[in-house]
Amino acid sequence: MNRAFVLFGLWVLVLATAPFYADNYIVRLATFVCMYSALALSWNFIGGMAGYPSFATAAFMGLGAYAGALSQKHGLPLPLAWTFATLFVAAFSALLGWAILRMRGHYFAIGSISMVEVLRLIISSWGDFTGGGDGLNVTIVAGGPDFVARLFLWVMLGIMLLVFAVTVAVDRGRLGFGLRCIQQNEDAANMVGIDSTAYKIAGFTLSAMFCGTVGAVYASWVAYIDPTDSFSILLTLKVPVMALLGGAGTVFGPVVGAAAFVIMEEVIWARFLQYHYAILGLVIVFLIFFLPGGLLRIDYKKMLARIGVGRTA
Amino acid sequence: MEAQIFANGIVLGALYACIAVGFSLVWGVLNVINMLHGSFIVLGGYLTFFAWHHFGIPPVVMLPISAAIMFALGYAIQHTMINRVVTRPVLTTLTLTFGLDMIMYNAMNLAFTATPRRVTLDLGRVDFLGVVLPVDRLGAMILALALTGMLYWLLRSSRIGRAIVAVRMDRDAAALMGIPIDRVYAVTFGIGALMAGATGALVAVVFPVTTNLTGTYLGKAFVICVIGGLGSVPGALAGGLMLGVIESFAGLWFGPQHAITVGFVLMILLLIFRPTGLVGRKGYE
Repeated sequence: MNRAFVLFGLWVLVLATAPFYADNYIVRLATFVCMYSALALSWNFIGGMAGYPSFATAAFMGLGAYAGALSQKHGLPLPLAWTFATLFVAAFSALLGWAILRMRGHYFAIGSISMVEVLRLIISSWGDFTGGGDGLNVTIVAGGPDFVARLFLWVMLGIMLLVFAVTVAVDRGRLGFGLRCIQQNEDAANMVGIDSTAYKIAGFTLSAMFCGTVGAVYASWVAYIDPTDSFSILLTLKVPVMALLGGAGTVFGPVVGAAAFVIMEEVIWARFLQYHYAILGLVIVFLIFFLPGGLLRIDYKKMLARIGVGRTA
Repeated sequence: MEAQIFANGIVLGALYACIAVGFSLVWGVLNVINMLHGSFIVLGGYLTFFAWHHFGIPPVVMLPISAAIMFALGYAIQHTMINRVVTRPVLTTLTLTFGLDMIMYNAMNLAFTATPRRVTLDLGRVDFLGVVLPVDRLGAMILALALTGMLYWLLRSSRIGRAIVAVRMDRDAAALMGIPIDRVYAVTFGIGALMAGATGALVAVVFPVTTNLTGTYLGKAFVICVIGGLGSVPGALAGGLMLGVIESFAGLWFGPQHAITVGFVLMILLLIFRPTGLVGRKGYE
């Protein structure tokens, strides 16, 4: 376990120091790695630990983007706008969770996917407040491209570390235990005195609020948001896939999955833009049939041994 | 005016029922949320459009052909892929169908592009007590109701239908009675796709055929399953008709751009206050 933390520390160092050894293209890539790691870690609370099929990531990220952008437009300074977005999304998701988490998986899944669409429709049609389909310009952060690239890398990395710290705390605490009980057997968990609804709402809120922060920061980073891009169905599927790719329910899985996914996306997909959706689909099919536990569950020693045996034989 | 809006709603609602019924069947029997359903409908629409456009085959003739093709596709997908994970948690099956949908969506976009196409039949209009309805829409409605009725009959009266209902009620008991579960699952998923293919032929006459609508159709199926309650043909029919009427009036009162939002909001409210739906019942019939 300790070795894993050391490796994680090294990875954070590699990401944090990117501006000192690489160009802005790599820095941008590192920022995406941090962003998706934060999102995948967030999803992990409800999807990985509790095993609930949540596909609302894009809803919370989009909501956070709009909450941040609009509050900034109405005069809040940047850090406060990001904080406001976080709290707003947390409150929203707690209410939503209270509503749809009293049901079991299937209805929750439907409710969570629909949330992406509902929010997109509301934001699109509420033109005079949100800018509607034309989108919204967000104040560009001053300081020149190099400074801005560094700033957003470090902010995203900060969010990722924060979510990671919360993950470790939850993993070792009562909440994580409760959520895992719910995943194993919700009825039994209820029976032994776990207030499963309260635990699920707590897990769901945790999974949403940092997506709100990420959304608000993302909005400031790209300086322009629109409903289609903010509430993207592709993103809402990608993030759970990243967590599953690394290993859902584990502490390090989402970080590994997000890193592997983003790098793979950059190296392979960028050359086949037309096949973007299809490749994601193929990754999913491969993941479900050949890597059901994720990258971290693979017994690498055994695999190496098998290759070794193959060579000697 | 109200009568006209109501009639429009019923026409729309019959199509909605047809959109939802196959989705609801798969959910009810296999416990799988089939994210492919919207793409199945759109593919059925494309088959119908191209048959009509290139060979002049009327949609009515194309309907059973499209249905049969989609049945084969659905059967194959379930048999080769979903059956292998069907007992795993929702997260797994849902992610798998979601991923397959991405592949299908991408393939259709590349093959046909997203340009909206439309089958225009122009068969005239019917005027009945001041309510005016185009004949092609009316025909689509009647066929949609007939298809829904046929599914109901199939489940109640045919051998395979009884097997499907038995598997839904108790998978293990059904297996002990000698019902081949895997085959019943594949047939059920095939029937779900068949209904989608048939619906695709119908909606090609009424709505534009484009890959942009896959999510919209899927969303309709979600909403209707929640309104009508999961797991019954009458439930899907009632849910579909209700949504059709509600959307028509919502379009009149709040403006057409809000009609879809109203349906979704209604769904969320129902999820909160009546999670079993308005006509929810056990056993799929």
